[in-house]
Amino acid sequence: MPETATSPFNIQIGNDLTWNVMPLLHEVKHALNKLIESGETTVIDLRSIPLAPGEEDRILQTLGVGEIQAKLNALGPSEITETRYAGIWIVTHYNDEEDIIGRFIEVTMMPEILCSQREDMIAAYEAFDTTLEENNESSVEKSE
Amino acid sequence: MTNKFDDKNKTLGDTLRSRGISRRSFLKFCAATASMMALPPAMIPKVAHALENAKRPSVIWLSFQECTGCTESLTRSHSATIENLIFDSISLDYHHTLQAASGHAAEAAREAAMEENHGNYILVVDGSIPMDNPGYSTIAGISNYDMLMDTAKGAAAIIAVGTCATYGGIPHAKPNPTGAVSVGDLIKDKPIINVPGCPPIPVVITGVVTHFLTFGTIPELDHIGRPKVFYGQSIHDRCYRRPFYDKGLFAETFDDEGAQKGWCLFKLGCKGPTTYNACATTKWNNGTSFPIEAGHPCIGCSEPDFWDGGGFYKALSMPTENITQTALYTAAGAAAVGVAAGALNRAKKNAATKAHPNTTIEDLEK
Repeated sequence: MPETATSPFNIQIGNDLTWNVMPLLHEVKHALNKLIESGETTVIDLRSIPLAPGEEDRILQTLGVGEIQAKLNALGPSEITETRYAGIWIVTHYNDEEDIIGRFIEVTMMPEILCSQREDMIAAYEAFDTTLEENNESSVEKSE
Repeated sequence: MTNKFDDKNKTLGDTLRSRGISRRSFLKFCAATASMMALPPAMIPKVAHALENAKRPSVIWLSFQECTGCTESLTRSHSATIENLIFDSISLDYHHTLQAASGHAAEAAREAAMEENHGNYILVVDGSIPMDNPGYSTIAGISNYDMLMDTAKGAAAIIAVGTCATYGGIPHAKPNPTGAVSVGDLIKDKPIINVPGCPPIPVVITGVVTHFLTFGTIPELDHIGRPKVFYGQSIHDRCYRRPFYDKGLFAETFDDEGAQKGWCLFKLGCKGPTTYNACATTKWNNGTSFPIEAGHPCIGCSEPDFWDGGGFYKALSMPTENITQTALYTAAGAAAVGVAAGALNRAKKNAATKAHPNTTIEDLEK
């Protein structure tokens, strides 16, 4: 890692601006241990922690990118990435203008947002049923 | 045509579902909302449950002596966002900048909303109230004072938005020509949530509304009526430049080595140590940055009387008064102290009045 980085505002950024990077990474390590031992998940909101320009990038660089990268489109895009450390995910939500509206580190086997939701499945069942009925009706009409 | 009764009884969940918003989208909405309200992520399921069942509230928004910056902050922030979704999910029954109706029709809408939702509507106020001559600010011929007192009677809670409504703001700055006062100066029998800032951060405005929707109560407030969740910590305590303050590394000018290295702006007048707001973590423009990150000291706009704080570029450690003059008056003896302070205040008021000459209609026509 270079000694200093430069922000878009031409402010030189040292390596130890807020001292929040390493404690946060240790918190993530402990959360991973908790997940392994008890299955308990942890979510850390990166917006709630004072970070200097470049420090969030430093956290993301350290965690890296692993095997899974998913994109979903729900009220604007979201990116869900498993880091190079299995069980540690980065979930980034954007609005329609692709501004970040939330970024979380989730220590879990599968982020909740990726799972199909019961309410959506019920609506999907009804929609699927309607589609099949319509298809049935049209095939009956054709045979007549 | 929409049945108005049914529309009012819709829950937020109903509103979102009727727009084809999936449960997954709703979860994303709740995650961003919890983050916006500075709630721990463990609260996301509780927020989801409460929001899904929240009723669509009636909101009456009154604008008095203000610049419309607070409304701009909220509506111009971004076009299709969580904040807008929340605002689409309330029944904004009166807002004279945003509503299509005008004149008698607009006032009739306000009166109808007050009658239909008596005891349950949320009253939002931006701007201060002139108590000198009511003619300084009127709406439809009604003085700001009368409209506030009349509308506040049936409100469940009042949200004072912006430093003008919360503490008098710029209209209240010396010499306060209009006799501007805050909402809290006039109303003592209703819960008032102060959301100061010039303007307040848009997500803080919607965060307070969402808190009311989610929990049905007003959030915990500090000693001057601000929600602790957003105003509980000083800018200084949450500032990423704080370590430089602790090490004694300060920018002395706006272009010296310290400024370029991002050192603490205390000596350049930063009011971060005495200012309580969420700028350092929530930030502005969708979390892009905040004044200190852009290299400018905090001006303390969410604090009472920030405009008269002795100069934006004067360090907090420097006295705001002329010490020699004050000491001279004080030396006149204990009995004379009151007289001296009065004289000093009058002198300051006169000086301020001279420094800010009145603008007349003739001036404007020049």
